[in-house]
Amino acid sequence: MNEPRNRRITVSEASRPVLPRHARLKFDEVRQVWVILAPERVLAPDEIAVEVLQLCDGQRSVSDIVDLLAAKYNAPRADIGTDVVAMLQDLADKGFLTQKRDATA
Amino acid sequence: MSPTLTDASPIATDSLTAIEGARSVAETYGIPLAVLAELTHRCPLQCPYCSNPVELDRANSELTTDEWKKVLSELAEIGVLQIHFSGGEPTARRDIVELVQHATDVGLYSNLITSAVLLTRDKLAALADAGLCHVQISFQGNEPVVADRVGGYRGGHAKKLEAARWTRELDLPLTVNAVMHRQNLHQLDDIIQMAVDLDADRLEVANVQYYGWALKNRAALMPTIAQIDHTSRIVDDARVRLKGILDIDYVVPDYYALRPKKCMGGWGRQFFNISPAGKVLPCHAAETITGLDFESVRSNHSIAWIWQNSDAFNRYRGIGWMPEPCRSCEFKEIDFGGCRCQAFALTGDAGNTDPACTLSQRHAEIFKLAETESSQGTDRFLYRNFKGGTLEGEESPES
Repeated sequence: MNEPRNRRITVSEASRPVLPRHARLKFDEVRQVWVILAPERVLAPDEIAVEVLQLCDGQRSVSDIVDLLAAKYNAPRADIGTDVVAMLQDLADKGFLTQKRDATA
Repeated sequence: MSPTLTDASPIATDSLTAIEGARSVAETYGIPLAVLAELTHRCPLQCPYCSNPVELDRANSELTTDEWKKVLSELAEIGVLQIHFSGGEPTARRDIVELVQHATDVGLYSNLITSAVLLTRDKLAALADAGLCHVQISFQGNEPVVADRVGGYRGGHAKKLEAARWTRELDLPLTVNAVMHRQNLHQLDDIIQMAVDLDADRLEVANVQYYGWALKNRAALMPTIAQIDHTSRIVDDARVRLKGILDIDYVVPDYYALRPKKCMGGWGRQFFNISPAGKVLPCHAAETITGLDFESVRSNHSIAWIWQNSDAFNRYRGIGWMPEPCRSCEFKEIDFGGCRCQAFALTGDAGNTDPACTLSQRHAEIFKLAETESSQGTDRFLYRNFKGGTLEGEESPES
């Protein structure tokens, strides 16, 4: 069989992250909150996390995402970059973030 | 199958907090998060620790396809987010693909909890196309000698390995569920490696919980204290070594615990179970408690009504029912008094403190009992089946 792939991702501005198939971001109409559905877990991302995750499509790089958010909120790019990378790294360490297999990290 | 719906989530960070059914204890129940749908009690395996009741539901009592579809629609409507298709063996139902498709159509996150021995690659591909989100395959060991003996099914282990590979080939996420006990704990290191080799996302190291069939087999399954100490070290090491590669959930054995588990996240707080015949149960073992009446989805009541109003759900909900020492305990809103089924199995009253807790008067007694059974117990299994069980060696477990 194939060598098992190492899922551990080191998030950088060059990463092109995406939620893996087992983690679904959806708006829960009954509770009126955004949720991430994963095996045996339901997580509630905060507003910023939702915004970032909605931009994680496996095509955009973290750098693109930071540019978009810095422009939208007219905030210092360096600060946003640090926060976004930290948040995505946290998600990746918990297994809720992957990257497209053909993408380069 | 041995699902481990003990807690919605151990994860909480600044940007990402876990959701629970109830936001506070004052609000004793919220909207259920997940439901375990036991589609059938039929299963080709005969594991001696099966979490199904000793009195199994017969095939002719099972809910029909249309009944299950109506249930799934109703669950989505009231705010249930996840559906775990379990059994018995859920793929023993011919309509499994249709039911997964319906879950997808109504917006439920679906998980297949399977022994995998009935799966074909085509069936799994059809399930993936129907929107299945996740597959959980049980393993009884890391090689066929132990695994096929525990499952009472020759050739089962090889089939599981094959199905696990298909799962990953189809790009479905995989959880390996390993139910652990005295007779397979020595394989834990190899089971962890097997999960990595199978490219699993998650591994559940689930120590047997002793109700129903497992209670009957307790003397054959109870681990020794030395094994448990060793196990905890192996799991701790693996979690560090495999961070970001394999997520490991660990269910500690109650009899050797100091604090009871927050069973089902608290009775009637986050989860419930629907039996093959349609009974709505606070947990999959709840039918072991005599004296509780369970409503059916075939009754005139809606599922929402049953969740909110039925006596079975309200009897042990929140903290009002608690006796001492629970009532004045500082942990009462953390573990909700532990497990009602275990309290019933060990004390005869589901309203007693779970003896897994060191504050229970019975704790020392069950600790001693575990110690004794683990060293003096027989290794012979009573296999689970519709005949009320078959002792290992008396006749072929496959007959």
